[in-house]
Amino acid sequence: MSVKLGMLALLAEEPMYGAQLRSEFEGRTGGTWPLNVGQVYTTLARLERDGMVVQDAEPDEEGRIRYQLTDLGRTEVMAWWETPVRREETPRDELVIKLALAVTTPGVDVRTVVQTQRTATIRHLRDLTRVKTQASDRHTSEGEQRDLAWLLVVENLIFAAESEVRWLDHVESSLARAAAMPRRPALTDGASTRPGTNQPSTNQPGTTDSSSTDLQGAKK
Amino acid sequence: MTESILRLVDVTRTHGTGETAVHALRGVSLEVRPGELVAVMGPSGSGKSTLLNVAGGLDKVTSGEVLIEGEPLSTMSALQLAALRRRRVGFVFQDFNLIPSLTAGENVALPLELDGLSPRKARHFASDALDLVGLRELIDRFPDKMSGGQQQRVAIARALVGDRRLVMADEPTGALDSHTGEGVLRVLRERCDSGAAGLLVTHEARHAAWADRVVFLRDGVVVDTTGSPDEIHDLLAGAGH
Repeated sequence: MSVKLGMLALLAEEPMYGAQLRSEFEGRTGGTWPLNVGQVYTTLARLERDGMVVQDAEPDEEGRIRYQLTDLGRTEVMAWWETPVRREETPRDELVIKLALAVTTPGVDVRTVVQTQRTATIRHLRDLTRVKTQASDRHTSEGEQRDLAWLLVVENLIFAAESEVRWLDHVESSLARAAAMPRRPALTDGASTRPGTNQPSTNQPGTTDSSSTDLQGAKK
Repeated sequence: MTESILRLVDVTRTHGTGETAVHALRGVSLEVRPGELVAVMGPSGSGKSTLLNVAGGLDKVTSGEVLIEGEPLSTMSALQLAALRRRRVGFVFQDFNLIPSLTAGENVALPLELDGLSPRKARHFASDALDLVGLRELIDRFPDKMSGGQQQRVAIARALVGDRRLVMADEPTGALDSHTGEGVLRVLRERCDSGAAGLLVTHEARHAAWADRVVFLRDGVVVDTTGSPDEIHDLLAGAGH
């Protein structure tokens, strides 16, 4: 979706050919999400099929075919700028799924799973911080709008990594609290058992209903 | 390989004895080389501050050894340790710890003057140290006329004035807003890039990310480390952008 709309937004500025679209997309987003040429042309073919772009009648002298936006494509771009990106649908996240399973699977050392991830995420955060420092020095010295765009992309990744570490800290402290709580006697009525606990005694079928309700959005 | 400025070898620190003994550090080994900034992270009570205190000679180890520039602290007398802290180790704390009745320059010069250097020479070194943190022009300003970020940069200058190459920083950005805190870390990073060695205790991942290595402590034990960064290759294709 973002590639399709991103390409439409670029074409709203001026007609472009495929390789140009690819390099513009990568340049504007700092190359964080590289596109392959096949992906660009597949997307262009779909956009053409849906009536949002048309090809120039003739290739230029180098044999390249430019694409330009139709009125329908222009309307699509305008609608994209005017509407928020939807966040209601919970995306599948491997880490969240992994930890949810680790907490409820007997024999998994959750603290080690958490620590291994924390180390990896902080390593990533450190590398991003270095890249950002270099980029912000360059932005200060050159002041190019394109460098600013890239800096903002890097900072988004930094915020995401930081947020992940905070969540991992939260997971660890929640586990510690849960481990310190006195165990409740096993109940035959699963519905009365606390959901979300990592204690094996509550790890019975029928006790995870509440959590699965909370995560319904993740089914997509 | 470059010799470590700071080295901890199998350090333990136990408070109390018997059943009430608290094992703050249990067999911690760590090295910090010139040019390196190492961050220590861990939950409350994991031993972070104890680690900083024993590494800087403020607290004694129960067993193991701390070496600063190759010299073991266990063989030093209290006087020698005090001299070590004046000459070779600097501390930066969350609340800056500047003396309010002294100017920025006098604060930075203080450890050198306490060590017997003439005020004129000490001021000369202080001026250089303030220059390195971008504050030479504030040398005659009192702390209460400076922002929090400026005060903390003065504290870093004081920590690294003269020949000192080892700085211990305990949550140095804790009292600052995130932008100012980042400026302080940038200065700390630059001082390490210029050859100093730093040990930074923090609970903020964003701040630890300025370090070369992050060491994770839990219950007094190093449970993991990020290792040093290799070249940042393929992290973002735009790195060469």
